[in-house]
Amino acid sequence: MATVTLDKINKVYPNGFHAIHDLDLEIADTEFLVLVGPSGCGKSTALRMIAGLEEISGGEMHIGDNVVNDVEPKDRDIAMVFQNYALYPHMTVRDNIGFALKLAKTPKAEIDAQVEEAARILELTEQLGKRPGQLSGGQRQRVAMGRAIVRQPSAFLMDEPLSNLDAKLRVQMRAEIARLQRDLGVTTVYVTHDQVEAMTMGDRVCVLKDGYLQQVDTPQNLYDKPDNVFVAAFIGSPSMNLNEGNLAGTTLTLGSHTIELSADVFEKRPGLRQFDGRDVIVGIRPEDLEDASLAPEEKKGATIATTCTLTEALGSEIIVHFELDAPRVDAGDPDAVNDLGEYAAVGRFDPRSRVTIGDAIEIAVNTGNLHFFDPQSRSAVW
Amino acid sequence: MHDNNSLIDRIYRRLSNVPMWVMWGIVVIWTIPSLSLFINSFRSRTRQRDSGFWEFVRDGDRDYQFGCPEDYNAPDLFHMIENYCMVLSNDQSSGMLSSVISSLAIAVPSTIIPISIASFAAYAFAWIDFKGRKPLFIGTVALLSIPLQVALIPLLIMYSGGAHFTIPFTERTLTMVPDFALAGGPWAVVLTHTGFAMPFAIFLLHNYMSSLPGELIESARVDGADHFSTFVRLVLPLSVPAIAAFAIFQFLWTWNDYLIAVVMLNGGTPEVFPTTQRIANLAGDFGEYEHLLTAGAFVQAFVPLVVFFSLQRYFVRGLLAGSVKG
Repeated sequence: MATVTLDKINKVYPNGFHAIHDLDLEIADTEFLVLVGPSGCGKSTALRMIAGLEEISGGEMHIGDNVVNDVEPKDRDIAMVFQNYALYPHMTVRDNIGFALKLAKTPKAEIDAQVEEAARILELTEQLGKRPGQLSGGQRQRVAMGRAIVRQPSAFLMDEPLSNLDAKLRVQMRAEIARLQRDLGVTTVYVTHDQVEAMTMGDRVCVLKDGYLQQVDTPQNLYDKPDNVFVAAFIGSPSMNLNEGNLAGTTLTLGSHTIELSADVFEKRPGLRQFDGRDVIVGIRPEDLEDASLAPEEKKGATIATTCTLTEALGSEIIVHFELDAPRVDAGDPDAVNDLGEYAAVGRFDPRSRVTIGDAIEIAVNTGNLHFFDPQSRSAVW
Repeated sequence: MHDNNSLIDRIYRRLSNVPMWVMWGIVVIWTIPSLSLFINSFRSRTRQRDSGFWEFVRDGDRDYQFGCPEDYNAPDLFHMIENYCMVLSNDQSSGMLSSVISSLAIAVPSTIIPISIASFAAYAFAWIDFKGRKPLFIGTVALLSIPLQVALIPLLIMYSGGAHFTIPFTERTLTMVPDFALAGGPWAVVLTHTGFAMPFAIFLLHNYMSSLPGELIESARVDGADHFSTFVRLVLPLSVPAIAAFAIFQFLWTWNDYLIAVVMLNGGTPEVFPTTQRIANLAGDFGEYEHLLTAGAFVQAFVPLVVFFSLQRYFVRGLLAGSVKG
């Protein structure tokens, strides 16, 4: 059990690529911290530096009270779960799980006891005699977990451990890993590119982009109060609609549409007054849009009339794409697929909505939940 | 990897369209020389000289008893395995049993020593980050281009007198390698084989080891393994197919080698001669044991077959199955 602290950590590769810029991060004892970001954001690099597999170019890394910059991985008292599991293919599950203990010259009886215990927790007892090649994807994942927990390390490091599982198993293992971490109470750093994993598993989530820390906060705060355009678009699915708008008094213009903002919007975000008469980036979560005919009265802050271009019925909800003639703002996520086109937005409607492609629709906007960002700095306006 | 348009794939697809009976035809044609040798090895000197091997069906006037004959000079009596009896005896002029032992004494260490050295080196080149790794590796592999023949005489001189270096314009002589008097003994052959096997062994094993998934090695590092235990417990067991492949080639090459043995064993006693050298001398000065060449050749060819079939099972496909996905 230990805290992990990153103090102005930098990573510069020999070819000059600056992968991590001044990363400050404090991971509390027993905390589950998720590092999330698009591909190439440096999240795996950061994790590998904590593990000691990657040299630290600048800054100080602490695990517990020790500076570990120059400490070998094996002496850092950490266990790592790799994306591809990295099981030893020529060893049985038992030997795989017990490998670290064997290297540490633990007595045989003790190794056996601890391996059995880990296998029991992970429901692998039946598989102990098998080789990794005989196991299913989910079981291999468990063996990789078993290899980590059997050592009782002061920190778990997990590098996208679920990305090779199919969707259903991933959801199941997600819950299982989170439960396991809570039961064992071991500080955990978890890397993923999947924001759903990040939101559901982490005590806190750290969003990275291009090697820069964007925001660290609890999942709910990230969702409610994103610090900048990138975090706003990255967290939430479907992602937030971000469009260029213009503010004049209490009237917000989005393309050809106007939305009247109530006084409590300005109360909540006093900084918004400075944007009077100026352009501002408006963020609308799809959840805050609703078919006007179905919207509860109190949520009908404003309505916009437009045309539906696509619907995706998911049973529990309908994802509605519609025309919005305000220019979209690129959030800077390299993984984002822009299939919407320049002038389109997404809403998440109640399944009772009967909207179909080509319909003229009226959409209720929950103005109280609108997000505003500075077009220059791209950070949130509060 | 699955580029369907690559040349190899196209050739492969062409070949797999060839009908089976054509394949069997090729097999038969290719087997005939060995078969003729094999059949003749059971026939007497006169029979071998008088008729082709296919005439063996008419050899029935012989006494085909098993066991070795008591009198090799009885004119009409020929035992079926008489040639083998003579070849596998310790007889000075006709036997080659001691040369089989010599060949083993050369080929076995010449296979094991390069593998044990090269696998360490290959691991270091593949997974240890040290200064000058790349130039050193390139230099090692570049040694592949040195022909064996240019080194024979210098090596022989070094084995028989050591290596000395006289500093120019002075009277001083430095002894680089003392005289171990190796020439004429099996170690001279073993050392030469070892040296010349090294570049290829390192190259082959390095290529295999560096293709092992990096996450495995890193996982072992996090689990607390130093380089030595990573090598012994992880990389070595996983490199068995490459090691077996190299072992077969190296054993075949050293077992069948004649050139190095002739040069290095020059002046040694005939007991240390390997089978290749023994067979060359087997016919005798006047060819009186000419007919034993067939049996001798089969004895010589038998051991590599045993090695090949016993190591074949290590060519395991999918050894890495289940270790990493993707």
